[in-house]
Amino acid sequence: MEYLIGIQGPDFVLVAADNVAASSIIQMKHDYDKMFKLSEKILLLCVGEAGDTVQFAEYIQKNVQLYKMRNGYELSPAAAANFTRKNLADYLRSRTPYHVNLLLAGYDEADGPGLYYMDYLSALAKAPFAAHGYGAFLTLSILDRYYRPDLTRDEAVDLLKKCIEELNRRFILNLPSFNVRLIDREGIHDLEKLTLGAK
Amino acid sequence: MPSQDSMEPTFSLPIGLPLSSSHSVPLPFPMSHGTTTLAFIFQGGVLAAADTRSSCSGLVACPAAQKILPIHSHLVGTTSGTSADCALWKRILARELRLYQLRHGRRLSTGGAAKLLSHMLQPFKGTELCVAATLCGWDGGEMDDNQMTDVENSASLNLEKAKTQCLSTAVGGQQCFGRERSGPSLYYVCSDGTRLKGTLFSVGSGSPYAYSVLDQGVQWGLTVQEAVSIAREAVFRATYRDAYSGNCVDLYHITSKGWTRRNREDLKEEYYREKERQSGDSQRIMVKDFKGKAFRRMGGEFTAHSLALCRKVQSKSLQLGVKGVDCQSTSRY
Repeated sequence: MEYLIGIQGPDFVLVAADNVAASSIIQMKHDYDKMFKLSEKILLLCVGEAGDTVQFAEYIQKNVQLYKMRNGYELSPAAAANFTRKNLADYLRSRTPYHVNLLLAGYDEADGPGLYYMDYLSALAKAPFAAHGYGAFLTLSILDRYYRPDLTRDEAVDLLKKCIEELNRRFILNLPSFNVRLIDREGIHDLEKLTLGAK
Repeated sequence: MPSQDSMEPTFSLPIGLPLSSSHSVPLPFPMSHGTTTLAFIFQGGVLAAADTRSSCSGLVACPAAQKILPIHSHLVGTTSGTSADCALWKRILARELRLYQLRHGRRLSTGGAAKLLSHMLQPFKGTELCVAATLCGWDGGEMDDNQMTDVENSASLNLEKAKTQCLSTAVGGQQCFGRERSGPSLYYVCSDGTRLKGTLFSVGSGSPYAYSVLDQGVQWGLTVQEAVSIAREAVFRATYRDAYSGNCVDLYHITSKGWTRRNREDLKEEYYREKERQSGDSQRIMVKDFKGKAFRRMGGEFTAHSLALCRKVQSKSLQLGVKGVDCQSTSRY
């Protein structure tokens, strides 16, 4: 039901998430933000089971901020991703596993942009583009076909729009709007909400 | 207790989606939370409404239950799920909020109360505990004069100022740390861990019916009268269609001065008025004006009023010499 997508460019990462908070068949909220800001240049996108998402994402968020307070410098995206994965793995075989699927996107001064795909079994993969949810079945092939490592920002947004158009055409569920954010050297930028859904 | 696993990377659809033709058609959503509660924010504060039927697998255990429980002077919670769980956790929440107030000299905000409740319920996730509540409150502004000396007053005001200044770095999610907004506030908290801030929520088995009525008419600029009437209408429509909701409707209105409770109304009366409107005498009243257009005044609780009004129009237009004004009452079918 929920959809996350991330596209990495040469010096930026573009991420988008849908805005629906649903409870069985009812949309309880139309403007729900599924992105959690871990630091100035790292975003965590989190979907999955109802309470687990916010609980786990906030836990990671607070710990990343605590690291900064204790050590005076921020975790890099790669370090944050591995930290998140380790936590997910530790909880996996406990009595309270977290059923969450994540995308972590960040920009590092040294390594450049990075997009990390994580699923509820705590598999971690650094990928040039990734998506979560049923919508991923429909859009990954579009990304496969049109993605290039040297996309400009505008081209990446166009590619994102292509994916969302496909969702509106073929996905049975109504996802009216999407939050879009871009991370680059300057930090996290909010882009215009995409509302290509049928109204 | 396995939850709906919609994120598994398999090719079978999750149970719950009524799409696969090979299985027997399951219920579209689990028939739990046998109730209708709703709450919304508008310019006059927060309005909370609920039915009063307490059901126990097909039996009406109590026709006069109370589903809206006041927590403190400016916070009210609607309850849905297991009555016992809701009553207990509301009391626990009330206790914790009172302790907070005594320790810190100010009321905890509705968002804070929602977070507190959500974290208290978190260890019970996956058990049979079932609480789905909306917390409706008015934040900030009013300090309780009896509790605070001047020193404490200024100390807490400084605290408030400091809070507004230190905006946390985190902007993701729905949180806005360190900023105490005063005004109406509405949060939905569920024992499965959901915590949502919003302006309109309806919870329970009757909620789809209520949502459809509310989505038609709720907006910021409603007057208190209009808001009360739409809330009543929504609960009434839900009780009409949903077997697990019924009996009476409770309405609470929360403003900066606290919550006030409207008298409990038996929806049986409303149902009979509706029936009367549909069949029997004086339902659809048509008044044709001199241009031949017809406007209809539907009845309901205004039936008698409409009839009188139309007769007045008729007599007035006869006085003015306008011909062709006709006042008829017809039956619907």
